[in-house]
Amino acid sequence: MNETQQLITLAVIALGTVLTRALPFLLFPAGRTVPRPIRTLGELLHPAVFGMLVIYCLRNLQPLTPPYALPECISVAVVVIVHLCFRRTLLSVLAGTLCYMLLVQLVFC
Amino acid sequence: MPSKTSALRAALPHAFRHTLPILAGFLFLGMTYGIYMTGSGFPVYYPLLTSLLVFSGTMEFLAVNLLLGAFSPIQAFLLALCIGARHTVYGLSMLEEYRPLGPKKFYMIFGLCDETFSVNRAAVLPGTVDRGAFMFLVTLLDQCYWVCGASLGALFGSFLPFPTQGLDFSMTALFVVIFLEQLLKERSHLSSLLGLAVSLCFLLLLGPDLFLIPSIVTICLLLLLCDRHAQKAGKKEGAGHE
Repeated sequence: MNETQQLITLAVIALGTVLTRALPFLLFPAGRTVPRPIRTLGELLHPAVFGMLVIYCLRNLQPLTPPYALPECISVAVVVIVHLCFRRTLLSVLAGTLCYMLLVQLVFC
Repeated sequence: MPSKTSALRAALPHAFRHTLPILAGFLFLGMTYGIYMTGSGFPVYYPLLTSLLVFSGTMEFLAVNLLLGAFSPIQAFLLALCIGARHTVYGLSMLEEYRPLGPKKFYMIFGLCDETFSVNRAAVLPGTVDRGAFMFLVTLLDQCYWVCGASLGALFGSFLPFPTQGLDFSMTALFVVIFLEQLLKERSHLSSLLGLAVSLCFLLLLGPDLFLIPSIVTICLLLLLCDRHAQKAGKKEGAGHE
């Protein structure tokens, strides 16, 4: 991507994001009923999207060639375990990221 | 009637106190984002620009990945819509509270992120505090924290005394935590597992570059289908009781 394409991408992202926030105010002035599909997607899409994003983050894993996606698997396990123990988002993110950085910089390098 | 400035001044300490936990989180995540964006080779002003104009952490982290890939504005737009979909629900539940507020509501709608919503929805205030001024300041403070974090990370990331290779995992870790947290809290895992399964299928079928748009479309269609099914079942049940 050149810089123009990058800025277009960022503009499109900004537009899409503000659209989702402004939609209720644009479409439903003064108590008009909200169409069911919009309400449904608004309520149900969020969990599915984060499932999809987890897959997206791990899309380039190659479990069949060395190091067999071990840094990612170990670090995801660390995130899950730390989070189940403490339920503190920042702590879990920090622990997992540190673990991954140490693994790719010192162990699997 | 007190002037607007004095209403804002009176609401400021309350807004600050209510957003303190967010200050820590946004500074940390914002800095990580700034370091990640500039560490991926993008100019220092990108994190500043996105934290000012996009103001959605999830989307901003993802934007780095999108910018590193091939130019695909449609995919970017669809992703932004899907990731922002929950904000539509926030907007729906803030409609009546935000509507009577003056021009400041336009900024408040723009800045309606998860954290701002949860504070503004739940805050219990003493009667002397103007609720509109309070909600406006919460929105503004939250964005300030995020912009500060992102700018600090972007400006000083390259001076970190250790190599940052692997820092991009912070995005994966964040999404895993959000996903795990929703699994622990939600009553029905239908949507979570559907998202996971559908994207995994398309990833295996189409590969890492093409799977996103088909996944998004399929997930939306299946969710609407499930909802229609549930609606019909509910109607039948309702009719049975009559």
